[in-house]
Amino acid sequence: MIAFVIRRLIQSVLVMIVVAFVAFSLFTYVGDPISIMLGQDYTEADRARIAAELGLDRPFFVQFARFVANAVQGEFGLSYRLARPVDELIAERLPATLELSLVAAIFALVVGVPMGVYTGLNRDSWLSRVFMTVSLIGVSLPTFLIGILLIFVFAVHLGWLPSFGRGEVVHIGWWSTGLLTVSGLKALILPAITLGLFQMTLIMRLVRSEMLEVLRTDYIKFARARGLTNRAIHFGHALKNTLVPVITITGLQLGSIIAFSIITETVFQWPGMGLLFIQSVNFADIPVMAAYLCLIAFFFVVINLIVDLLYYVVDPRLRADRGVAGGHTG
Amino acid sequence: MARPPANHPLLEVRDLRVEFPTRRGTLVAVDGVSFHIDPGEVLGVVGESGAGKSLTGAAIIGLLEPPGRIAGGEIRFDGRRIDNLPYEQMRRLRGKEIGAVFQDPLTSLNPLYTIGRQLTETILTHLDVTPAEARERAIRLLQDVGIPGAERRIDHYPHQFSGGMRQRVVIALALCANPRLVIADEPTTALDVSIQAQIITLLKRLCREHGTAVMLVTHDMGVIAETADRVAVMYAGRIAEIGPVRDVIKTPKHPYTIGLMGSIPKIDRREARLAQIDGAMPRLNAIPPGCAFHPRCPKAFDRCRVERPDPIHVDRSHVACWLYDRDDVRVGAVVDE
Ligand SMILES: Nc1ncnc2c1ncn2[C@@H]1O[C@H](COP(=O)(O)OP(=O)(O)OP(=O)(O)O)[C@@H](O)[C@H]1O
Ligand code: SF4
Ligand SMILES: [Mg+2]
Repeated sequence: MIAFVIRRLIQSVLVMIVVAFVAFSLFTYVGDPISIMLGQDYTEADRARIAAELGLDRPFFVQFARFVANAVQGEFGLSYRLARPVDELIAERLPATLELSLVAAIFALVVGVPMGVYTGLNRDSWLSRVFMTVSLIGVSLPTFLIGILLIFVFAVHLGWLPSFGRGEVVHIGWWSTGLLTVSGLKALILPAITLGLFQMTLIMRLVRSEMLEVLRTDYIKFARARGLTNRAIHFGHALKNTLVPVITITGLQLGSIIAFSIITETVFQWPGMGLLFIQSVNFADIPVMAAYLCLIAFFFVVINLIVDLLYYVVDPRLRADRGVAGGHTG
Repeated sequence: MARPPANHPLLEVRDLRVEFPTRRGTLVAVDGVSFHIDPGEVLGVVGESGAGKSLTGAAIIGLLEPPGRIAGGEIRFDGRRIDNLPYEQMRRLRGKEIGAVFQDPLTSLNPLYTIGRQLTETILTHLDVTPAEARERAIRLLQDVGIPGAERRIDHYPHQFSGGMRQRVVIALALCANPRLVIADEPTTALDVSIQAQIITLLKRLCREHGTAVMLVTHDMGVIAETADRVAVMYAGRIAEIGPVRDVIKTPKHPYTIGLMGSIPKIDRREARLAQIDGAMPRLNAIPPGCAFHPRCPKAFDRCRVERPDPIHVDRSHVACWLYDRDDVRVGAVVDE
């Protein structure tokens, strides 16, 4: 188990280094920070001086090492566009994105899993068919279209919910939350649904097909032969066996939710990292883009790690196999 | 469980018919099957693959998988009709009065729960005991089925047991509420040959100790000879011959049974199972008219191709074959072979 965690940690670090390299390459090959800093008119001497100051005259790997060392401390330099430290900008935008993503993921799970269980157990009921049809729409419509439709119906037409922004936020330390005010919560609803809908339908279909699969297994047949109640069979035995794939997909989807919040944030003018990123792309604001890239990769890596650890909690076979293997080798 | 002696068998199946409605008509997989099992009796059921053995067992415990359904006949348990019970009442019977053991012990246990949890949940479902008592009972059961170190092993997961050990656990699970009938559908087929005999011996011993009746489906005539009191031979969804085990093995009457006995394999050679008779059992959608066996039957005559034989009383057996319909010279001829 410990050996496994260490192995996974090393893998994660490797992934992060690769991502950092890509981000660093952005600096080196896409942007030219010196000309950005000096403007149009500068002499070769100016250029050499700045390069020396920034360490750009050093060998490539020294520069990269410095980039990594800074990145680990959250240092990504100044935004070209806003001339403010990138870590500050990110810290301002991070809570909005994380709250939106988390609420979207919870929405996807809380609605998707029960719908999946229901449609798996009642394959032929009319309600299942309704769910399946609706989910097909959810999977096939692009996010921005769903967002615009929701805005049209609930914001423009019915006027129940705001169409953009975060509403009122409360600051707790450096964290700003919209979860504590009515307007903040109202502002969350449409973007969260927009962002989570695809994942919800995905989870629903996944749970459904896993349930169907598990319900055909011998141990479910045997559980019935033992006279267990339907409740024990469906929720104790069947649902638990669908958890491993559901955890995998949900975990990976949480990463995509955070990454894909770019679109939702743009549609709803949600002041999160996604919006910041889009604005940075327009200005070729490399430091912000590099930081965003590293941060998203970091989230993916952390989530993957958690997912892998959850397997161990759910599935005893992994625990034992690894335990035995680890025990013999180390 | 001292009950007043009943004048009816423990299990009575009469004219059972199992169908699968399909788009291209109805498949009749079990057709007019009748037999009974007395309390404490072991009924062996043999027959080629697809003969309808498993479906008969599934029909008895009420676990036919849709679209399969009981389309006719009746099943009585302890005199009470159970083939048309509501789901919830049948559920209470399953595991409590009628246990089941399936073919593959590797897949019969939920991999995510300890065997102790699976045992206690079954015990708690059917018996009025506390969780602590259930656990104690579970440990005793594991000892009974020969799991060494039961107190410790109870908290292990299925994958930590070998195939044979798992099947012992499955047997403990089937017997944990002290059922009066166990349906064992090829309980050893998936196991290593060296372990098969142990498991059968175990099943036999436990059922004898508890007075549990068994419907034992198997391909292994050796097991039947050693274990069963009576045997039913199934062919194409019907019972070809049923009678005391000695009679069926020593003096088989139905031409199909005769063919089977002629092809009894060496017990230690696994691949040489039943049915070395020429030809194959017909598919369900192409069961020939008359006697379903007639295309393969060396004794077939005109009547066999037209009329379907029902089981006829012959000595102590019942045989579904026209040869025995009248005092015919053919009878002698068949038996002498
Ligand atoms: N869901 C189904 N739909 C259609 N036919 C089915 C279905 N399930 C079983 N059958 C058919 O019913 C027949 C009897 O099946 P059954 O499982 O009872 O055979 P069996 O005697 O137990 O064979 P085996 O020795 O292989 O276990 C087979 O011909 C099978 O093809
Ligand atoms: S009825 Fe005819 S075909 Fe069928 S087993 Fe008897 S002799 Fe053979
Ligand atoms: Mg079978």
